[in-house]
Amino acid sequence: MQRSVWMEQILWLLAALALALVLTVLVALPSGAPPLETLRILVLGGLGSMSKFGQVLTVFVPLMLCSAGLLVPFTARLWNIGIEGQVVLGAVFCTGALMPVDQGGPAHIAMALAAGMLGGALWALLAGLLKTWGRVHEIFSGLGLNFVAMGLTIWLIFGPWKRPGVASMSGTETLDAGLWLDRIGGLAASWTALGLACAAICLVAVLLTRTQWGLGLKAVGQNPKAARLFDLSPRRRMLQAFALCGALGGLAGAVQVLGVYHRLLPSISSGYGYTALLVGMMASFRILPVPFICLFFAVLNVGSIQLPLQLNLDSSLSGVIQGFMVLSVFVTQGLRAWLIRRREGC
Amino acid sequence: MHEFALVLAGILLAGAPLVLATLGETITEKAGVINLSLDGTMLLSAMAAFALASATGSPWTGALGGMAVGAAAAAILGLTNIYLGQSQLAVGFILTLLCRDLAYFLGHSYSRQPGPTFGLWGIPGLSETPVLDALLGRQSPVVALSLAAIVLCWWWMYKTVGGMRLRAVGESPRAAFGRGIRVRLTRLAACLIGGALVGLAGAAYSLAVKPGWGRPQGCEGAGWIALAIVIFGGWHPVRAAIGAYFFAALQVSGIYLQELFPSVPAQVFQVAPFPMMIVTLLAVNIGRVSIVQDFMRRYPFLKRFSGSWPITSPAALGQDFDPKKGL
Repeated sequence: MQRSVWMEQILWLLAALALALVLTVLVALPSGAPPLETLRILVLGGLGSMSKFGQVLTVFVPLMLCSAGLLVPFTARLWNIGIEGQVVLGAVFCTGALMPVDQGGPAHIAMALAAGMLGGALWALLAGLLKTWGRVHEIFSGLGLNFVAMGLTIWLIFGPWKRPGVASMSGTETLDAGLWLDRIGGLAASWTALGLACAAICLVAVLLTRTQWGLGLKAVGQNPKAARLFDLSPRRRMLQAFALCGALGGLAGAVQVLGVYHRLLPSISSGYGYTALLVGMMASFRILPVPFICLFFAVLNVGSIQLPLQLNLDSSLSGVIQGFMVLSVFVTQGLRAWLIRRREGC
Repeated sequence: MHEFALVLAGILLAGAPLVLATLGETITEKAGVINLSLDGTMLLSAMAAFALASATGSPWTGALGGMAVGAAAAAILGLTNIYLGQSQLAVGFILTLLCRDLAYFLGHSYSRQPGPTFGLWGIPGLSETPVLDALLGRQSPVVALSLAAIVLCWWWMYKTVGGMRLRAVGESPRAAFGRGIRVRLTRLAACLIGGALVGLAGAAYSLAVKPGWGRPQGCEGAGWIALAIVIFGGWHPVRAAIGAYFFAALQVSGIYLQELFPSVPAQVFQVAPFPMMIVTLLAVNIGRVSIVQDFMRRYPFLKRFSGSWPITSPAALGQDFDPKKGL
């Protein structure tokens, strides 16, 4: 019994992937993309060499941090679309904390990471407060705050934090090399960042499945009224969920600053917050599949950088494939439920 | 006076696509379905409209193509939500990202290319009256389209049987079903009509308001603003249109503010409508927050102001309806 259920699950997942593949090919053909060649470039562009795999890991870390964070508010049925802005604010706070520092060591890095977490958590709390006390839906407040965060970064880069002499989209002054995160061999990824990502997902898993707090959060998500009657204080829990998610998003932003770009850029978040939302939906917000989907999406993201160079295609194809995959999962889920209802005879 | 009329004319033009998108979303939400995919849909239909217009040389074909794309995206949302029972918010959000990336991917070869635009229409009789001439004398046809859409939308929603069915389905799907209205079909139709209007809004951007196509096009974020304006307008087409012009005025004033403060980068002013959006949503909802209500109970004279902004969403907004589960 158990085995046949598993088989069915896998079959439906394969059907979803096939649907996504068909849709992608249908879309890509008119713009002159040879399907097999495109696929080869996507995979080789992400996994072709160790240095490319290092690139994949640098994408994997922020994606994983954001996805892990998003599992928490979603348990309370909260849509933290503002995670993108929380990543940006994490980067801003991290850079801000290091502004007075000319050179430093591990202690300064730890402080900067903590500052990033604080920034993300504060920005998330703002969306949370608007939700719990102002009745503003978190989708709108989160989105608005994303754009505000973007404007704030650009203002900082062109204004108070501009490089001496020039102010351009290329960002603030580069940090002292002592403040960079360590690197794995010659790769772009760092042990600290990878460790933080793994720790984050473990922390979230334990918190949501093994603690009273996680159980209460789930109750808040499923029935807020009952949760209030049981004295679970839904508001406080929602705010905590927002803050935790924001802290992890902010950490992702800080890792981008300290480990990848070594400065503050206008596009510091690279849209990882939005991609992480796709990851969460594709995993139906279960914890186990999240790391694998993150890895897969990271390979796609890095591989797609090769597309403009080799085939003169836009690199947004990776986003198209990701979108089609998640949409296909939803469509096949719906079809499956529809078939079951029909079989049960209505 | 003349310059003031020119500013107003600018607001009318900048507001036209916002009005169209807002009306489309209002129709969809009146039937109880939230279409969260606005931002991406507008971008994709802007791209499609521009590509089709440059292929055929006619902006009107392009606009029709944009409407078809908008309706197609809304159809995906409607079918997966209404017939397959998937979450509106989730599918809408996925569609936003998917359509945006599709627009950039498919539009790659049209990037920064010259193409046809709607151009300006002159109304001959107006040239004698000075203020009206500046306001409407030479305007883009999308302004006329948007103004007509406001009237039509209001008339259809409140004066026809079809509009009554639409509202019934959004207020109480069970009662509507009991009266023999085909709830799911009506909802799907509302999705399609609303989506087509949103597609027209996208086309208005790439063919009239921000002509051309590129990455970024310049209308990124407009879809989210339109979604907020629907709430701001209390799900009423005329009030929603007023809201759209208000936000267009904010955008236009951003251009003037930038001339006043040249040291502040342009992107900062582009962000201005978003905090405004949050503040308006807060203002709309604050009367229902329990602390504020307690406060008003203590000072009864405040109550006089509490009813000044009555906002009622369609009662079944965001709720799924399955006729098999019966009444």
